[in-house]
Amino acid sequence: MIFLDQIFVNSKKAILNLASAFLPTDAILIVSALISIGAIAAFGPFTMMYLTWFERKLVGRIQNRIGPNRVGIFGLLQPIADGIKMLTKEDIVPAGADKVVHFLAPVVVVIPALLVFSVVPFGRNMVAIDLNIGLLFFLAVSAMTTIAIFMGSWASRNKFSLLGGMRTVAQLVSYEVPMVLAAVPAILASGSLSTVDIVEAQGGWNGLKWFVFTPWGFVGFLMFYLCGVAECNRTPFDIPEAESEIVAGFHTEYSGMKFALWYMAEFMSVFTISALTATLYLGGYQGPWLPSWAWFMIKTYALVFVMMWFRGTLPRLRVDQMMGLAWKFLLPLTLINILVTGLWYFTSGLGLRLGLSIGILLVSSWVLVLFNRPYMPEKRVYEFAE
Amino acid sequence: MFGVLRGMGITFKNFVASYFLPRKPNSLETGGMVTLQYPEERLPEKERFRNFPFLIYDTKPDDLRCVACDICAKECPPKCIYIVRDNDEQGRPLKKPKVFDIDFTVCMNCGICEEACPFDAIFMDHEFEVGGPERQQSLVYHMDQLLKPATHFAKIRPTDHVAIEEKRRKEAEKKRAAAQAQPKPPEAKPPQA
Repeated sequence: MIFLDQIFVNSKKAILNLASAFLPTDAILIVSALISIGAIAAFGPFTMMYLTWFERKLVGRIQNRIGPNRVGIFGLLQPIADGIKMLTKEDIVPAGADKVVHFLAPVVVVIPALLVFSVVPFGRNMVAIDLNIGLLFFLAVSAMTTIAIFMGSWASRNKFSLLGGMRTVAQLVSYEVPMVLAAVPAILASGSLSTVDIVEAQGGWNGLKWFVFTPWGFVGFLMFYLCGVAECNRTPFDIPEAESEIVAGFHTEYSGMKFALWYMAEFMSVFTISALTATLYLGGYQGPWLPSWAWFMIKTYALVFVMMWFRGTLPRLRVDQMMGLAWKFLLPLTLINILVTGLWYFTSGLGLRLGLSIGILLVSSWVLVLFNRPYMPEKRVYEFAE
Repeated sequence: MFGVLRGMGITFKNFVASYFLPRKPNSLETGGMVTLQYPEERLPEKERFRNFPFLIYDTKPDDLRCVACDICAKECPPKCIYIVRDNDEQGRPLKKPKVFDIDFTVCMNCGICEEACPFDAIFMDHEFEVGGPERQQSLVYHMDQLLKPATHFAKIRPTDHVAIEEKRRKEAEKKRAAAQAQPKPPEAKPPQA
């Protein structure tokens, strides 16, 4: 069990031991960093490739289709075929585009998407760097994608791109606020910003003392996950790339491998947002019986599944509905959730705790739903028309 | 809120059902795969399906039923049939075509040639996988491509085959009876429809 649990950590140690036989100590540090970087740099794009396959299969099944099935068994080589297709496509840059920025934007968007992998705890002792501000680092770096998306949309010199870019900025900035606030209860409960410490704080009850099993944790989990879906520009929050309204939004003018880079960033952030949600509220790598990395992957892929399930089910929100959800529903509820977390920690007795927190959360969400009810004009009665 | 959950439930039901329920092609009910892996799997052919005419022969390709009467070419709305009658060595016309071409790019699969033919010589086929490397020559079907045996017809359209065989047998009997009643029928008279 311990062997399986630590198999990746131990294999890295074995490589380092092997290297230390003929390398100086300083070089070992570089080798150690390079192994972690290499693992992440291989894992990120590989995940992206197979998430595209997974999404197409899953949405296909939801629509009673089979999905990709021509290239390789179960279409498993489809991402490679797509990659070859993308690489051989013509790279079109619009005549009026700002060529440098247009080229830089897809590169810039992939960097934060890859960087955030460094603080994701994949398993016990399996984190590239255990930053003591890991969560803050994650949120700050993933917010950088906004700049890249706006760079790309502005540099394309296309109305649809620009519209998509402006929608992106509005959406990402709005959802950043409730997202950070929704992460606060987990920080309060664990007393740390380090992702590893947050996971370790959920280790009780044979690895099942996840935050999601508390009232504030459940609400925080739902809100953090919803904001995460919005941060990734996924359905139903995909108005920045709304196909039916603004062609393809910010990546209208991108083709070939640059387009693939946009998608790579999107799918990698799908994975990292799911991973972070699992880390904050679903106990990360904590869990009984299975190895820690297996638990982490199960939770993360379950959340990825739900994101793709959303994609197969929900229609796109209107801009005003989406903004209203962020500012008028999620933001007040996250603040109340922080209050409830505080109350949970300063009250004692399970009944009082549960009753108080569930009561406050239910009442406040009901009140918020009431306040957010859209205005419906009364049905007109035509007195003289018959 | 609850509408969203119900929608999620429906899509999940479809997702699960696509693995477990049997396939129901042409069904609008939820659940069950509807797609067909076309080149490997096919829907059973409908007997009355028609696409592209073919010329029928009974035993060997030389004794085809077509007598080059040109009725189908005249009846054909888009004029896609081109027939040249064959001649013997003395230059006398024979009761068979020398050239029989159908241009598939022009044919509209109406089946009027089949209805017009008084000799039951041309019928609509089930062939729908027709393609060519270019648009002009490879899609003009010549006589050797158009000729198919009567067994093929019996296979693709069994009920029509039985009816037409019955009709042909009765006509042959009538003709034989007429020949017996009238010992010397004129040679050059074209057969009656």
